[in-house]
Amino acid sequence: MKEKRFWLRTVILAIMLAAIGYTIYSNVFVEKKAIQVGDSAPDFVLTDLNGNNIQLSDYRGKGVFLNFWGTWCKPCEKEMPYINSQYNVYKNKGVEVIAVNVGEAKVTVQTFVDRFQLTFPVVIDQQDQVMNAYDINPLPTTFLIDKDGKIVDIITGTMTEEDVKKHMERIKP
Amino acid sequence: MEQVKCECGHVNPIGTVLCEACGKPLEEVPVLLDMRYEGSARRSQTYNKTIIDKIWNFFSSVKVGVWLIVITLVASAIGTVYPQQMYIPPTVSPAEYYEQQYGLLGKWYYALGFHDLYSSWWYMLLIALIGVSLVICSLDRVVPLYRALNNQRVTRNEQFLQRQRLFSRAKVEHDETAWRNIVDKLTKRGYRVREENGNILAEKGRFSRWGPYVNHIGLIIFLIGAMLRFVPGMYVDENMWIREGEMKEIPGTNGKYFLENQKFIFEVYEKETEKEAFQAAIDRIGSGMMAKNYQTDVVLYERIGPVVAGEEPKLKKIKSFSIRVNEPLKHDHYALYQVDFKLDELKSMSFHLTDKQTNKSFGTITIDLIQPEKEYDLGNGYKVQLLSYFPDFYFDENGNPNTRSKVPNNPAFVFKMFAPDRPKGEVSFTAIRQTIEPLGNNKYKMAFAGIETRNVSALTVRRDFTLWILGIGGAIFMIGLIQGMYWNHRRVWIRRINDEVLIAAHTNKNWFGLKKELEGIFHDTPFVMPIDQADNRS
Repeated sequence: MKEKRFWLRTVILAIMLAAIGYTIYSNVFVEKKAIQVGDSAPDFVLTDLNGNNIQLSDYRGKGVFLNFWGTWCKPCEKEMPYINSQYNVYKNKGVEVIAVNVGEAKVTVQTFVDRFQLTFPVVIDQQDQVMNAYDINPLPTTFLIDKDGKIVDIITGTMTEEDVKKHMERIKP
Repeated sequence: MEQVKCECGHVNPIGTVLCEACGKPLEEVPVLLDMRYEGSARRSQTYNKTIIDKIWNFFSSVKVGVWLIVITLVASAIGTVYPQQMYIPPTVSPAEYYEQQYGLLGKWYYALGFHDLYSSWWYMLLIALIGVSLVICSLDRVVPLYRALNNQRVTRNEQFLQRQRLFSRAKVEHDETAWRNIVDKLTKRGYRVREENGNILAEKGRFSRWGPYVNHIGLIIFLIGAMLRFVPGMYVDENMWIREGEMKEIPGTNGKYFLENQKFIFEVYEKETEKEAFQAAIDRIGSGMMAKNYQTDVVLYERIGPVVAGEEPKLKKIKSFSIRVNEPLKHDHYALYQVDFKLDELKSMSFHLTDKQTNKSFGTITIDLIQPEKEYDLGNGYKVQLLSYFPDFYFDENGNPNTRSKVPNNPAFVFKMFAPDRPKGEVSFTAIRQTIEPLGNNKYKMAFAGIETRNVSALTVRRDFTLWILGIGGAIFMIGLIQGMYWNHRRVWIRRINDEVLIAAHTNKNWFGLKKELEGIFHDTPFVMPIDQADNRS
């Protein structure tokens, strides 16, 4: 009888603890995002400024530094030159950069790209499809994707050149 | 297991105040008995051996439960002192905002998570602990109460009877007819009458005693439903802005559904068009001041084939629908609700390429403000190039033209105008009511020729698989409430001891009602109506 009561209480408490633990964990300690570190990066295909299709799955075997940005976003503007200069170092080491613009006019994006002489592919997400798939908010957000297409890390907010270098190092195949 | 044996022979769990069977007080008790939980042993109070028992006993205390509720209430109240995060300007960082606006208090307000109260871990924990308290308190009380009510005997201990609130004792001649009469009257009033050795227990509405526990079950189910919202896929709550003529992926559907906005309609009540009956009301508010309809005419499409984000989707039309307030478009458990709108967003702007001197126009260009062209050829050697485009123009802190967003709220352009007599082109910066010629005086200008606008509609995307659980929880909650509120658990004991008749009665609420009922029963009988001993004492 006493045994039975002990186990009954233990089981009830354990069930409640598990439920509460899960709720609080999934709410507070996990970003409420459709996409998370460790997931495989959703494939996408977008057109760059030169009219070439850029498809993420074609980049298997290389690290991908996937940056979401807008021309009006000051932190994005600040980190763009850093990304550009580190790209020139790391592209020979198997790290690619794809910069996804969040659906601005092509003219606006082109002006920006020319101004900073960006050499990596810049694609425009005209229909917000890729933004939805990657659940983007806020800008800038950068996904570090390894050679197997897994998301290694998600970085929101601006990066220093040192940060960019460090992150590219992480996804070097 | 330790137990207490009553003199009537019934064996009670330790901690029992009133014997489950005969009602004899087993401990020192006040003159009038406290009938809560029938004097049963609240299970937890008794054993305190293992850590599990200790935790269990902590939550079994109603006092603890009440404190949890009080703390939650106080926290909720504090959460209303400064605005919640969703109400502060979206452009500022909350960490800075609260400190700047409200000083040190604001800093702590933010640090402790009051700025987003419902999502702060400790608030959720409080709610969860209330849930735990609810489960354990209920379990610890409902089981012994059930036992006590199930084990109660017809013949009750004398002490139990005379220490009931309603009680009488009198010498009454034994009269079988009068006795039968009482039984009949009780039965007629819905009592279930049990007889044993010439004693009576009449009982009705025991079902009311389970009300609070049914109510708690409802609450627990409700909490489980609320918890399930955090399970991926159970709950979708997204927002989308969609312009007239635009086709967009519906967020939250994983790229499966697309929506086309054909038209947004905003209507108001106007004097001329409404029926006679509405005229007075319209006069009072003003013609054209009261919204009548917000409506988005949409077409829903489903994507065919595998989802690759960004790819031009192959679409199959599902249906056309007019979304209005409270009339959502429903499909595949998704619902699209009308929530907001923006009238007359700029769609395109037109300019004439004009000779400043003669005002002669050499053609008109119309610029799509979402996707402008790089170059507009007007023929005869006249053309206009778009060097830069700022949809939401302002001068930034360095004095450079920049854009605040991608929404065409305040478009500005850098044009390069080519003419046969200006083959190298002239550069002009053109914004609304503003033209700058950065490279000196131009011969030509872009003269404003008109705008086109369109409306933008905001929709909420909802999918909620927890709703039916919340509904069931709420319904059970109400059933429990009604059960406990509108029924009373009433009992009447009649016991014959030698030539005396002892009558006692108890109800869990509404003593007035019980007394009225007893008056009706004992009126014109040899028996003495029980007296309210609580009245006598005061």
